[in-house]
Amino acid sequence: MAEKNDILEKQISSDYKYGFTSDIDMDTAPMGLSEDIVRFISKKKNEPEWMLEFRLKAYRHWLKMEEPHEWAHLEYPKINYQNIIFYAAPKQKKELASLDEVDPELLKTFEKLGISLEEQKRLSGVQSTIAVDAVIDSVSVKTTFKEVLAEKGIIFCSFSEAVQEHPELIKKYMGSVVPYSDNYFAALNSAVFTDGSFCYIPKGVRCPMELSTYFRINTAGTGQFERTLIVADEGAYVSYLEGCTAPRRDENQLHAAVVEIVAHKNGEVKYSTVQNWYPGDKNGKGGIYNFVTKRGICREENSKISWTQVETGSAITWKYPSVILKGDNSVGEFYSVAVTNNHQQADTGTKMLHIGKNTRSTIVSKGISAGCSNNAYRGLVRVAKGAKNARNFSQCDSLLMGDKCGAHTFPYIEIKDKTAVVEHEATTSKIGEDQLFYCQQRGIDKEKAIGLIVNGYCREVFNQLPMEFAVEAQKLLAVSLEGSVG
Amino acid sequence: MLSIKNLRAGIPGNEILKGINLEVKAGEVHAIMGPNGSGKSTLSSVLAGKENYQVTEGEIWFSPPSPRGEGSGMRRKNLLEMSPEERAREGVFLAFQYPVEIPGVSNINFLKTAINEIRLHRKQPPMETKDFLKLIKEKQALVELQGTLANRSVNEGFSGGEKKRNEIFQMAVLEPTLCILDETDSGLDIDALRIVANGVNKLRSKDRAFVVITHYQRLLDHIIPDFVHVLSNGKIIKSGGKELALELEAKGYDWIKEKDQT
Repeated sequence: MAEKNDILEKQISSDYKYGFTSDIDMDTAPMGLSEDIVRFISKKKNEPEWMLEFRLKAYRHWLKMEEPHEWAHLEYPKINYQNIIFYAAPKQKKELASLDEVDPELLKTFEKLGISLEEQKRLSGVQSTIAVDAVIDSVSVKTTFKEVLAEKGIIFCSFSEAVQEHPELIKKYMGSVVPYSDNYFAALNSAVFTDGSFCYIPKGVRCPMELSTYFRINTAGTGQFERTLIVADEGAYVSYLEGCTAPRRDENQLHAAVVEIVAHKNGEVKYSTVQNWYPGDKNGKGGIYNFVTKRGICREENSKISWTQVETGSAITWKYPSVILKGDNSVGEFYSVAVTNNHQQADTGTKMLHIGKNTRSTIVSKGISAGCSNNAYRGLVRVAKGAKNARNFSQCDSLLMGDKCGAHTFPYIEIKDKTAVVEHEATTSKIGEDQLFYCQQRGIDKEKAIGLIVNGYCREVFNQLPMEFAVEAQKLLAVSLEGSVG
Repeated sequence: MLSIKNLRAGIPGNEILKGINLEVKAGEVHAIMGPNGSGKSTLSSVLAGKENYQVTEGEIWFSPPSPRGEGSGMRRKNLLEMSPEERAREGVFLAFQYPVEIPGVSNINFLKTAINEIRLHRKQPPMETKDFLKLIKEKQALVELQGTLANRSVNEGFSGGEKKRNEIFQMAVLEPTLCILDETDSGLDIDALRIVANGVNKLRSKDRAFVVITHYQRLLDHIIPDFVHVLSNGKIIKSGGKELALELEAKGYDWIKEKDQT
C-alpha cells in the first residue's frame, strides 16, 4: 500500500497546458474596490446613467453583506477585495474594423488556446460553425459571425455593446433572474462586472450555429467579473457554449460571474460549459476561486433550459446552475461532471424550483475526486404549492480515486404539493482494482483503463454535449486525472 | 509454451501455492481440477499477474510460438517480470470466473481499445473500423452472442451465462496463444455450457494452448483435455489423462487426498 501511494504521489503531476501568460499591453484600474472604482469602470465603458445606478445600488448592498463561509463544504481564507484589480483591458482602438487591428499577441493567445477568431468554417469533425465572443480579462475583444446572425435577427455581442445598442433589452432582462441582492458574489458582480456576452434569439428563430464565449484571465492580480445574458423569445432555440482558462500563477485569482437565461413560451436554451480555470499546482498553491451564480427561468409554458457542465479547473468551485420552472409544462435539466484532483475543492450542484404545473426536472451529477481533493454535490429540489404534477429525478454519483480525497452529497428536497413525484438516487464508488485488472488483462494499461472507466462513468453527461465539446471534455478529463491512480 | 517451476505464491502471511510444477505445450489442453480452496483461482491470478498475490519462489516461463515460425525457444519470456498488460499483449488470456462490469463503456469500444493496444505492441497499425466490425460479427457467431450485446456496457446487466459467453467472445477476438479458463462452467446451464464449450473447441489449434480450471467433470465432457491435474492444498498431487477426471467424478477428491497422505 505504501508503495502504491508513492506511485500515486509521483504521478499526480499532470500539466495544465493553458498556464502561459501573454504579454499584452493592458489598461488597468488602480487596485482595490470603492465607489470610485465602480464609477471608474462605468466611465471607462461610457455607460448610461441607469447602468451606473444599478452598479452603485449593487455595490452599496454588497457592503452590507457577508462573504459566505459557513454552509459550503469549502475552506478558503477571507478574500481581501482591496488586493484585486477590478478592471484590466487590452489597450486598443475603440472600434475594430477588422481582425488586423487586434493586437497580434492577443490573436496568438487565442490561437494557442485553439480558439478561432477568423470567420471560417472549422474543418474538424462536424459541419457546424461556431460563433465566438472572446473575452480577455475585463473586455470582449472580438465577436465573430455577428453579421450572419444579424440576418436572422439574432443579437450576439459583448455585454458592453448591448448596453449601448440594445438598452431596452438589457433594462428588461438584466437582474430579472439573478437580482443584484441575490447573494454576496452576485452583488459584487453586479457592481463591478466588466463584460461578457449578450445573446437574444427572436421569436420563432432557431439559431443556426452554436454560440460560444471564451473567457481568459490574463493579467496578474486581476479578478474577472463577467455577465452573460441569454434570452430565447417565443419558440426560439439556441445552444450556447462557454469555455475558460487562465495562466498558471502562485496567487489565487477571483472569478465571480453571473449568467442569466430567460426562456419564453416554447423557447429552449441549452447551455454547456467546459470549465478549465487554472486549478493551482499540486501542492494547492494558486488557482482560480470560481464563485459563479448561474440561473435560468422558464418564464412561460413549454419552455426548456438545460445546463451541462464539465468542471475540471479552479482551486475552488462554488456554482449551482439553477432553473426556475415558472411556466406550465416547462423542463429543467442539469448534467454535471465535476472533477477535483490534488487540493481542489468543489461545492457544486443545482436548484430546480418547480412553480408551474406539470413541470419536470432532471439532475444527473457525476463527481470524481482524486488526490487530496474534496468534491461536494449540493442540490435543491423545491416544489411550490400549486405546482401540480411536478416531477424530478435526481441521480448523484461519486467516484473516488485513491484514499485521501472526499466526496459529499447534500441533497435538499422541499415539497409543498402532494402531487409531486421526486426521486433521488445516489451512489459512491471507487474505481475497482478488479476493473483495472480486468482491463489490464485485456492488454490495456492502467492510465488508459482509468480514462476508459471514467469516460464510461461520465457518458450520460458527455452525451449531452455538442460533438466537438464532448471530445474536448474527454481529453480534458484524461489530463486532469493523469496519474491519479498508482 | 508454459513452464511453471516450483511456484510458491500467496497473499502476505498465507502461502496458497506450495510448489507447483507444470509444463504445457502448444496445442495441448490441460485441465486443473481440485476441491474448494485448493489454489486453482490463485494459480490463474498469478499467471495473469494480479497484484495482490506475492510470488515467493519459483519461475514461470512463457514461450509463445514465433509468428514467423522461428521456433518457440526464441521468444522465451519470464512472465513474473511482466506487468499484467504486457502478458496480455504477449498472448496470455484469462477468462474470468467473475467477469467485471464496466458501466458506460460499450463492449465494442472496450474490445477495440484492447485489440489496438495489442496491435501497437506488435508494431501493427490500428485496425480499420470496417475490418474490426467484420471481425466482431464473425466471432459473435462463434458463441451465439446477439449483436446488441456488443453495444451494451461491458458485462453490465448481463446474465451469468452471457458474461461467460462474453469472455469466450473476447478470447476469440483477441486471439491469444495461452488461454486460461477460470471456472468458466460455473453458473452455466446446460445449453450455455454447450455453447461456451463449442466456442472453445473451435478456437483449439496447434499453436494455442488451454489451461482449463474447473470443479466438475461435466465441462470436460465437452472440452476434452489432453491432461488432467489434481490440485490440492497448493500442490499438484496427481496428473493423468482425461480418464482421471471421470475417476474423480466417481470417487470424489478425498480418494486421492487420502492416497497422497499415505
